[in-house]
Amino acid sequence: MKKLIALLLAAMLLVPAFALADNVIKIGVFEPSTGDNGAGGKQEILGIEYANSLAPTVTIGGEEYTVELVIEDNQSLTDKAISAAQSLVSKDVAVVLGSYGSGVSMAGGDVFAEAGVPAIGVSCTNPNVTLLCDYYWRICFLDPFQGTVMANFAKELGASKAYVLTMLGEDYGVGLGKYFVEAFKGLGGEVIEENFTEGTSDFAAYINNAVTGGCDVVFAPCATTYAALIIDQAAAQGVTFPLLAGDTWENSAILNAAKGKDIKVYCSTFFDENDDAAAAAEFVSGFKAWLNADGSKLTNNGGNDIVAAVSALGFDAYNVALAAIKAADSEKAAAIAEALPGVTYEGVTGAIAFDDVGDAKKDMAYIKFANPETGAFDFVKTQSVGQ
Amino acid sequence: MKKGNLRLIISLAVVALLYVGGCLIEQTAGTKSMIVTVLQKGAVYALIAVSMNLLNGFTGLFSLGQAGFMLVGAYSYAILTIPMAKRAAVYQYYNGGWVQFTIGVIPALLVAGVIAALFAALIGLPVLRLKGDYLAIATLGFAEIIRAIVQWDTIGPLTNGSNLLKTYPTLKNIMPGNTVLFTFIIVGICIGLILLLINSTYGRAFKAIRDDEVAAEAMGINLFHHKQMAFVISSFFAGIGGALLAMYQGSLQANSFKSSMTYEILLIVVIGGMGSVSGSIMASFLFIACSEWWLRFLDAETMLGDFKVPLLAPGFRMVVFAVVIMVVVLFFRKGIMGDRELWELGGRRGAKGGRSVK
Amino acid sequence: MFDTLLPYLLAGISVGGQYALIAVGYTLVYGILRLINFAHGDIFTAAGFFMIYLTASLPIGLSIPLVIILTVALGFTVERVAYKPLRAAPRMSIMISAIGVSYLLQNLMWYITGGLAKQYPVLPGLSETIKIGSATTKVVTVVTPVLTIVLVVALVLLINRTKIGMAMRAVSKDFETSQLMGIKINNVISTTFIIGSAMAAIGSMLYFTNYTAVTPTVGAMPGLKAFVAAVFGGIGSIPGAMIGALIIGICENLIKAAGWTAFSDAFTFALLIVVLLFRPTGLFGEKTTDKV
Repeated sequence: MKKLIALLLAAMLLVPAFALADNVIKIGVFEPSTGDNGAGGKQEILGIEYANSLAPTVTIGGEEYTVELVIEDNQSLTDKAISAAQSLVSKDVAVVLGSYGSGVSMAGGDVFAEAGVPAIGVSCTNPNVTLLCDYYWRICFLDPFQGTVMANFAKELGASKAYVLTMLGEDYGVGLGKYFVEAFKGLGGEVIEENFTEGTSDFAAYINNAVTGGCDVVFAPCATTYAALIIDQAAAQGVTFPLLAGDTWENSAILNAAKGKDIKVYCSTFFDENDDAAAAAEFVSGFKAWLNADGSKLTNNGGNDIVAAVSALGFDAYNVALAAIKAADSEKAAAIAEALPGVTYEGVTGAIAFDDVGDAKKDMAYIKFANPETGAFDFVKTQSVGQ
Repeated sequence: MKKGNLRLIISLAVVALLYVGGCLIEQTAGTKSMIVTVLQKGAVYALIAVSMNLLNGFTGLFSLGQAGFMLVGAYSYAILTIPMAKRAAVYQYYNGGWVQFTIGVIPALLVAGVIAALFAALIGLPVLRLKGDYLAIATLGFAEIIRAIVQWDTIGPLTNGSNLLKTYPTLKNIMPGNTVLFTFIIVGICIGLILLLINSTYGRAFKAIRDDEVAAEAMGINLFHHKQMAFVISSFFAGIGGALLAMYQGSLQANSFKSSMTYEILLIVVIGGMGSVSGSIMASFLFIACSEWWLRFLDAETMLGDFKVPLLAPGFRMVVFAVVIMVVVLFFRKGIMGDRELWELGGRRGAKGGRSVK
Repeated sequence: MFDTLLPYLLAGISVGGQYALIAVGYTLVYGILRLINFAHGDIFTAAGFFMIYLTASLPIGLSIPLVIILTVALGFTVERVAYKPLRAAPRMSIMISAIGVSYLLQNLMWYITGGLAKQYPVLPGLSETIKIGSATTKVVTVVTPVLTIVLVVALVLLINRTKIGMAMRAVSKDFETSQLMGIKINNVISTTFIIGSAMAAIGSMLYFTNYTAVTPTVGAMPGLKAFVAAVFGGIGSIPGAMIGALIIGICENLIKAAGWTAFSDAFTFALLIVVLLFRPTGLFGEKTTDKV
């Protein structure tokens, strides 16, 4: 009986799939819109949606196809990511974009690989995303690079002992932390490493440890939920040394946390909205206008029209996917996966071309400062490794 | 007697039919379809729910440690089966890790169960002396402690710390195209063994303990010995269940084995009926189908023409789901099956406690 | 030495006081119903969300009493809807119901908030920073222990000196006999839920002023720790719950000071197991005998 119901339901679900089959190509959006990384994931989706609004169709084999975005929420959790990925695959997406956060990308990667659907990593920076999955490509830089950049920058700020704080079970933070430690020790610095568990809200002791340990810089790559608490606690204890982190901290939550407080917060990121390259400038002005035209979009962006780097990456990811579809000249996932490694694209975040592992060759990071007075990010400098 | 035989034959035929059905569905619907996912995950959860039911429903031990034992099983399996070639990449922060050998999938599944059972034996020694809700909270605590230890950086070369484990053999590597069949076979064997146990003298002793500890002791049942046995066996199968879950997921992280996972399994057991194996199995498939598939439309903002359907937004699915569970808990406390089994339906009303099988 | 430990001690006392206010709810309910109210931590979280949504449109002065009233209403409703119908059922059923309520509340809050962390509003007078010795901290750190002690003393007086307090003691001693003596059991039980929820609401204001992000699952861990504190102090004993909570809060922070941060949560549970095995009645609990 149950089986019968199941079959009937399966049949019901298949019917609309046939009905919609005329010239639509589906692109899966695999992003967190809830959970620890929900805020950043929403900004990434905005970038993708904006790109979709500019280029809603693609020509395959001389026929025009409408691009339909299928958005699934992976809830920032590796186990939920698997169901979200399965749901995307079952809806027959041709290519997947995402995710914000490396752990969910690594968890979902297997599902995509098994189904033969290529995935384009937007801002997942852990090396294993592409290394351990043949169907994952990526358009941003990697953690070994980012960790080294921030270690160099910490040195430039005059730091000699770093306090590195990451969340247990978060591949992104733990990985980035390790690369930072490696690089910072390589530069002759000392390090204290600590972890906190998911759901921690009491960061008083951690900041104490940094102070009593004689550290003069904190590196805390973690989700924005915790970042806000760490900044708040650091300000409450009157720390004078700078707080550093990776790309996740480039978020309105950080600005709000730092606003009006006597605290120095720096992060590295993929893009700067004051980039004066023509493509970037055009993207920034267009995206701002698009955001401001719709209140709900503005809310999803964190309540202001500051252009997050992940939105720019989302924009590029969508266009890379379109380029791959055009190169494959097919709406089939397998053909797109075959064409993707050869795709090159001049994006707003820089030129994108993939290496053997599937990573974009990117070697520049933007360092930004969360200005507590203006409540905006100030561009500090661009940094690459080997200076 | 004859009637009993007939019922057994019918039951076996139904089981066989389910196997063939599962197989056919996978062949026709293809691996991408959601129904295959539901069949796989539902089967895995069925095993875990039955293992929990053995404790909570049949022995009357209210344990909330299931997620901890699943975690142990899943990690044991993954650590022992990650191919040598991939170890350097997986254990990227720990120089390839300590374990430098791999074993086959089936032995690894067994080892996963055994290690989980060993943990249970150790934990059971102190904890099983506690009663009722103290036992519940103590086992919950142990599950959390296990999770903290697994994530501990110092044993990172063994467990990969808090990072994801990947690249071990998954369901799809083992029997490509027949993943449902593989899961059904393993789960079927395990549940079959549990059923045999429940219908043995040990099983009757378990039920006696559940119904009245003092009376059971007076009848000469060694309380601690039997509780320990139920605890260890339940954990053994929870360990195998955890390993199967790892195989189903394709990647593994200690972080997802939280107490909320135990709660979900407990709710499955309650929905199916405390003390009914077939109830737990049905409830698992229902639970997974609802949460992964049938109720997903509740999470999507939907437009019917110009009319925006109210309430539908991300998260609504889980609210509806939780309300349904509360209704079951409050008004249908016996769940789908109460403490009876599917193959007893239609026959004599199952007397509470003992029932004849042969 | 003391200078380095001072900030940890302060943080420990402060968070311990906040656990104590949650623990009161556990210890009262467990004392009377023998129920681990798994939903209590979620009621605490809900109080946090009430404040966030109320201050969005109302002044703080009006929001604070409203938060307490709403939280009390929630606690009361949960008891009436989910626990009262099961009074005659086996204890396992009512505990499962508690787990179900917790699951429902978390999912409901997830749905309403969109699953994103919300920023707790700044409560004037509590969020400013002050210097104590060599440590810098928020005012709330100092306010918490004082307020906790005041509330606990008031509660002890209520239980020892008033009629409803006497009824509560009677019910927790012997459920059926007190019913026969004419005590309205349901009223007494509702009162314990009301007191427990009000304490949780006050606790949430102090807690979230220090740790300003509220998520649907944020209350689960403090809730469990508060329960451990209640067991540690001896179920049914309010001063015991407070002392247990303070010890847990301080130990937790000292463990973090020693660099064992990953084990600070695990420690609480290890403590629980040790207490349960060697002194199941806790520090101040009364000896109970098993009834057959």
